[in-house]
Amino acid sequence: MTSLKTMKKSTRTSFLTYAMVVVAFVIVQSLRVFKDGGVGAVLEGQLIPICAYITVALALNLVVGVSGELSLGHAGFMSIGAFMGCAMASALQDSVTLAPLRLAISMIFGAVLAGLFGFLIGIPVLRLNGDYLAIVTLAFGEIIKSIITNVYLGVDKDGLQFSFLTDRNQLAEGGIALIKGPMGVNNSARISTFVAGFILVMITLIVVFNLVNSRAGRAIMAARDNRIAAESVGISVTKYKMMAFVTSAALAGAAGTLYGCSQVTFTATKFDFNTSILILVFVVLGGLGNMWGTVIAAAALTILPEALREFADYRMLVYAIVLILVMLATNNPTIQSGLSRLIQRLKAGKGGEEQ
Amino acid sequence: MKKYLAMLLAGALSVSLLAGCGGDSGSSASSTGSAGSAGSASSTGSDSSAADGTTFKLGGTGPLTGGASIYGLAAQRGAQIAVDEIAEAGGDIQFTLRYEDDVHDAEKAVNAYNTLKEWGMQISLGSVTSKPGEATSVLNYEDRIFALTPSASSPAVIESKDNVFQMCFSDPNQGLASAQYISEQNLGEKVFIIWKNDDVYSTGIKDQFVTEAEALNLNVVGDATFTTDSQTDFTVQLTQAQQAGADLLFLPIYYDAASLILSQANAMGYDPAIFGVDGMDGILTVDGFDPALAEGVMLLTPFNADAQDEATQAFVQKYQAQYGEVPNQFAADAYDCVYALKQALETAGCTPDMSAEDICTKLIEVFPTITFEGLTGDGAGITWDSTGAVSKSPKGMVIQNGAYVGMD
Repeated sequence: MTSLKTMKKSTRTSFLTYAMVVVAFVIVQSLRVFKDGGVGAVLEGQLIPICAYITVALALNLVVGVSGELSLGHAGFMSIGAFMGCAMASALQDSVTLAPLRLAISMIFGAVLAGLFGFLIGIPVLRLNGDYLAIVTLAFGEIIKSIITNVYLGVDKDGLQFSFLTDRNQLAEGGIALIKGPMGVNNSARISTFVAGFILVMITLIVVFNLVNSRAGRAIMAARDNRIAAESVGISVTKYKMMAFVTSAALAGAAGTLYGCSQVTFTATKFDFNTSILILVFVVLGGLGNMWGTVIAAAALTILPEALREFADYRMLVYAIVLILVMLATNNPTIQSGLSRLIQRLKAGKGGEEQ
Repeated sequence: MKKYLAMLLAGALSVSLLAGCGGDSGSSASSTGSAGSAGSASSTGSDSSAADGTTFKLGGTGPLTGGASIYGLAAQRGAQIAVDEIAEAGGDIQFTLRYEDDVHDAEKAVNAYNTLKEWGMQISLGSVTSKPGEATSVLNYEDRIFALTPSASSPAVIESKDNVFQMCFSDPNQGLASAQYISEQNLGEKVFIIWKNDDVYSTGIKDQFVTEAEALNLNVVGDATFTTDSQTDFTVQLTQAQQAGADLLFLPIYYDAASLILSQANAMGYDPAIFGVDGMDGILTVDGFDPALAEGVMLLTPFNADAQDEATQAFVQKYQAQYGEVPNQFAADAYDCVYALKQALETAGCTPDMSAEDICTKLIEVFPTITFEGLTGDGAGITWDSTGAVSKSPKGMVIQNGAYVGMD
């Protein structure tokens, strides 16, 4: 306990965040293994999407919270990861029989492609000063959605077949249609598992914390806080912003693959502007630059609409009201100072007892 | 800054959610409020009154809120009327119906399905729309819960699943029937298609239509597409059709976009014949749409609210009394689903205390053998083959004086 107290604040935060995720995982996983009926069908079905949303929210927090840029197209990166990763997973069905390995390969593939797109977008946009990234990523998300809706991709023994706008693929016997235009992807096997989701969240946390608490991370934050001052001491703002943005895009791609491989079927329209905003809401509600807050917000806000099913037709209305109330409460200075006073008093009380 | 951003986002999200709700309340007229309360009241009411083991627990998912809610609500209401009728008539086979909202989204549909599974659903009505239907039908198959979907018409819903059946005809069949109908009746010389290329339903019908049109030497002079984001303006597509000299527009799309196309074609002074499919059903009830514009529109639909037979009349009357609007084919399909399940359960001799899996096994055996007389079939009755596909013939309808009239 003393070591926890004497730790550097950033190390303590990251340590506690890892601990929180591990504890949550252990509790849920032991319930699933030992308790009859597990965590219930509803939560069971949501576990992998929750992991995916946590990952993509953490990734977005790297852009919005740490590097201070606004991205409105993270669902687009998720979409690339989901479609390309799932296509990869289906294509490898026969050659790589071990499902976890296949998932890992697909995730890396999805992450690399999404990272590549992030890089391409970053080259022109991150050189600019202002809100241009928000505008460009917004357009990017829409473009990706429209393009993927018109892509037909199939594989048979002769190799890949691709056509655009109308389905002209002539698949031989035993061929698989990987992406079917507006009909999206139909997974024959759902290879994502909760354990894989947990591992992805942990990897994301490790990547994010190590980046933030490194020399590069301090440069990124310096560029966020005062671009001119950062440039004056020789920090290449574009380079460091690019580092944060590409990492974020790649992680979002991996989250997309995890999500895609957990669903029976999904379409490109799933990853629309609303999804991007939803992820941004997770980040803002969890706190800009606050990773453990993002984890909690992403998990809670994914479960909430299902928990509100009792309200029947009014549940989304209740959801919105809850959201607004939480935002008001967490941003209210009176409540905040009251909370910190309460914590201080508790600490003081504890200290007194110990003496 | 942080605070304002937070407020802005929360506001944007809630507005978009409300907009979703608003869209449906607009199109389904004044009935949303009463339906919401009626629907939830009846489902919770029957929940509490139904003791375990005396009724079959029947569950379904559908878009009860959001843009596609007119279909989900119609199916829910149609099924509820059937369940209430069966309860009134008494008998051994009784149902408790519960519908969960899936917002026309595959991921939410899985959540909704899981909610129903926890509730103890024994028989499923699948999902109302196609894409969620593809997701839930796989779960139906894995969990061995029998499903009869009223309106998820994509062939992928029943493909390689022995326990999922459809009450509606599949998308390709509609395309096939439409092409044959147009060709047989000589409805148009030059056909132009306007379809929605980010929609499973529309794409499925259009693809089959084009294939069949080639085989029948039907002259398709062109096609134009739109997406969910661009379904507010059709002048470009209509101009294309006009320039191609089309005298028949084939619209394999839902009624909401179709109503705009009709209005805008009228404003342009372009007056081709219009041929729609079952998604066109509902066009007469669109708010702010002049029914006179739909005059002469032809569509294929399995259900005709103006049919003179006693069963249809009784159903339409009840639906109007309870919900204040004329039922569409989704309501009729769901209504038929409940009665078809009742007939099958009677034939199989199932009792409500049986497990979902046992019921499933029996129904799989029985379903291909029964012949069902419902609202949506013609005189010959409705039958299923063992793949789960339904066999019934679509009725050609034409809108005359603001009502459907059978086209012979």
